[in-house]
Amino acid sequence: MSEGEKKQLDLKRREMPKQPPEVRRYNFSEVALGYTPELAIEEAKRCIQCKKPSCIANCPVEINIPGFLKKVAEGDFVGGIRVLKDKNCLPAVCGRVCPQEEQCEKTCVFHKKGGQIAIGRIERFLADWEAQQSESEMPDMPPRSGRKVAIVGGGPAGLTVAGDLIKFGHEVTVFEALHKMGGVLVYGIPEFRLPKAIVNREVEYLRKLGVELVTDFVVGKTRTIDSILEEYDAVFVGSGAGLPWFMEIPGENLNGVYSANEYLTRLNLMKGFLFPKYHTPVKSHRKVAVVGGGNVAMDCARSALRLGAESRIIYRRSREELPARLEEVENAEEEGVIFDFLTLPLRYIGDENGWVKAIECQKMELGEPDASGRRKPIPIEGSEVIYPLDAVVCAIGNSPNPLIGATTPGLKIGKKGNIEADEKTGATSREKIWAGGDVVTGAATVILAMGAGRFAARSIHEYLSSL
Amino acid sequence: MFRVIASKMIVPNMHLLTLAAPAVAREAKPGQFVILRAEEEGERVPLSLSDWDAQSGTITVVFMSIGSTTGRLALLAPGASIPTVVGPLGNATEIENYGTVVCVCGCYGIGSIFPIARALKRKGNRIITIMEARSSYLFYWDERLEAISDKMIHITRDGSKGHRGHAGRLPEILRGLEEPVDRIIANGCTFLMKRTSDETRPLGIKTMVSLNPIMIDGTGMCGVCRVTVGSVTRFACVHGPDFDAHQVDWEELLQRRKTYMQEEVVPLRTSRCEERHLRSQEKSHE
Ligand SMILES: Cc1cc2nc3c(=O)[nH]c(=O)nc-3n(C[C@H](O)[C@H](O)[C@H](O)COP(=O)(O)OP(=O)(O)OC[C@H]3O[C@@H](n4cnc5c(N)ncnc54)[C@H](O)[C@@H]3O)c2cc1C
Ligand SMILES: Cc1cc2nc3c(=O)[nH]c(=O)nc-3n(C[C@H](O)[C@H](O)[C@H](O)COP(=O)(O)OP(=O)(O)OC[C@H]3O[C@@H](n4cnc5c(N)ncnc54)[C@H](O)[C@@H]3O)c2cc1C
Ligand code: SF4
Ligand code: FES
Repeated sequence: MSEGEKKQLDLKRREMPKQPPEVRRYNFSEVALGYTPELAIEEAKRCIQCKKPSCIANCPVEINIPGFLKKVAEGDFVGGIRVLKDKNCLPAVCGRVCPQEEQCEKTCVFHKKGGQIAIGRIERFLADWEAQQSESEMPDMPPRSGRKVAIVGGGPAGLTVAGDLIKFGHEVTVFEALHKMGGVLVYGIPEFRLPKAIVNREVEYLRKLGVELVTDFVVGKTRTIDSILEEYDAVFVGSGAGLPWFMEIPGENLNGVYSANEYLTRLNLMKGFLFPKYHTPVKSHRKVAVVGGGNVAMDCARSALRLGAESRIIYRRSREELPARLEEVENAEEEGVIFDFLTLPLRYIGDENGWVKAIECQKMELGEPDASGRRKPIPIEGSEVIYPLDAVVCAIGNSPNPLIGATTPGLKIGKKGNIEADEKTGATSREKIWAGGDVVTGAATVILAMGAGRFAARSIHEYLSSL
Repeated sequence: MFRVIASKMIVPNMHLLTLAAPAVAREAKPGQFVILRAEEEGERVPLSLSDWDAQSGTITVVFMSIGSTTGRLALLAPGASIPTVVGPLGNATEIENYGTVVCVCGCYGIGSIFPIARALKRKGNRIITIMEARSSYLFYWDERLEAISDKMIHITRDGSKGHRGHAGRLPEILRGLEEPVDRIIANGCTFLMKRTSDETRPLGIKTMVSLNPIMIDGTGMCGVCRVTVGSVTRFACVHGPDFDAHQVDWEELLQRRKTYMQEEVVPLRTSRCEERHLRSQEKSHE
């Protein structure tokens, strides 16, 4: 870029085409349609290639952001994808679900003026462009080391470790409890936000690299980690945070009350929205309330809409405190999800056949900030309200499943059921066992799980090389 | 993929399926179950392990053909394959030397109680097996159970074998035994287990049941299998499936099992016209 051009700062973020709300609320196809090559190039050209790029510092996997933006600006998509994939093995996924507004885009020098580069959209564009090419590039593979690593869990953490270690020359087997690889990416995040074909493509790429993928295998049940270690040199645990929490209020076991995991699994993993072609049934409810305010709650509420229900979010704080990505909140609002803020469920009310028919809630007001820094909701006496409904989805959080801890003697488990592991290396209290992702941090993000996987892979590789 | 080794209808509507699943066979213990999918588009359904052989790497399940998955499983011929067999899931049944154990079974529970009774026998218990069915032609595995039981008792609705009636006859049958009973284990349909529980509660005999709520993953991830036991919510797939029968909230379990009746049973058991009629009725109720 010449000096002359640089003076003309372009602060206009290029919008990404989307399905209009009144159309998309009736289908499960992806909401965002992605940049065209022209839009991607225009947007990438806005980057001024800072000498000390502040965006990179805020990317959990330190992607060379100006590097790939420059390639895109030049129309060199092959070069761009190479820079991107050097640090991020799942760009098509991250381009869609990463909270960029909290990360790279937040520290872009244009952020103050509201013109931060749409890094996520360009990342997504590049990854999709590559997928459309007939053959994706296969990396040069080093000679085989003869060392074997077992990975527990086929989510983003496990898949990242698998990809890295096979490229270091080790033999890798991934053991996944469910019948599909991908973790939350396949059973939790809905099709309209992350098409499953994209996840499958990434999984197929790993298969092509030579990773052995074993589904229907529950480590701790089908085989313990110690038994696996008789055959493998190291184990990485990336089993996620898949244990759903309930409110523990009366009526929670009525028919029509779901955990978010159940609701989303029926739809995404089991493809219940295609019942009876797929055999797992889903109910067609008329009025659904989703309790919670995170990404998970938004996904449930927007899924309920698409199944034809009136859908509302019940959240005990206000809009400002919603932990979900702003973009997803806006999408939900546009599509017609009703939001009841400052509202806390007290009990579920059942009919004579054991089906939920209403929810009783209490109104809240915000008090002083609590430990999380957010203002604490305080109940308002006498403000009880009853909403009629025929389904409730509880989306208030998940924690790690205790199975691995219970079946692996000597593995140190923290207070919240998380496996204790070194932040920089993923090393656990047990020799030959590493861990990372949601099972260590509690429910977090895809990119953090990937980042943890990347660190652990490096540490495992060092260990294997020392043998 | 998991290969079908043997497949047979053992009594009307009750099927036996032997599958090659070496990893499951190696770890299986009495009282555990597997989750299967019959096809790529299939639902995940839990079935108890009725037998296994670690050496040949096979497992055997016995099931009643009642719905979409069991219907498909029933049609499989040896040599065919199914995409999912995962397990062994759930906790094993507690096997101790209790003294005299009564094993109450019916329906698919005749199959699933067999490995439990066998293990209890090996532990030195006296085994009294009580089998229940509508009619004598619905009994199977008589010889297998007889071989490990000290006493066999049959109950049939129509009186065609043993006592006439149902699990309601249990108190008098138990009273008629020449020895005190130290423990009762019941496997089979929910009604049989509930009735057994109702009948043994006043007798104060510890009774264990293998609960069968709806499940999806079987690993504690979805929570659909929740049951209330001793006023606490438990996930049957990871905290069970065995629970103290007298602590179980049976009404809730029966209720929750009906969740998908409308979706799963109605289309299978009725003509489409009836179904439409039902829907319009439902609408007019609103
Ligand atoms: C509905 C929903 C929406 C989300 N939206 C976003 C978003 O927009 N952006 C974002 O960044 N993050 C989002 N997240 C969070 C993100 O998906 C997770 O942080 C991330 O998937 C964690 O990756 P992981 O590999 O640690 O675990 P997971 O993705 O949970 O994968 C763990 C895998 O291990 C398997 N497993 C568990 N136990 C065993 C065992 N014993 N043996 C074998 N396998 C086992 C599980 O079946 C699972 O497949 C969302 C989460 C949910 C639930
Ligand atoms: C731990 C565990 C172990 C189990 N072990 C066995 C086993 O060894 N053998 C076995 O046969 N089953 C067993 N079951 C039950 C079995 O998983 C279910 O019957 C399963 O739903 C059958 O799947 P399907 O797709 O054929 O039927 P679906 O299509 O799921 O249809 C079943 C429908 O039938 C309804 N229904 C409930 N009870 C009855 C009934 N008594 N008769 C007819 N319909 C009914 C339900 O509402 C459900 O909607 C077990 C369940 C659990 C949880
Ligand atoms: S901070 Fe913004 S302008 Fe600077 S290099 Fe990064 S993306 Fe480009
Ligand atoms: S079957 Fe999903 S938690 Fe038990």
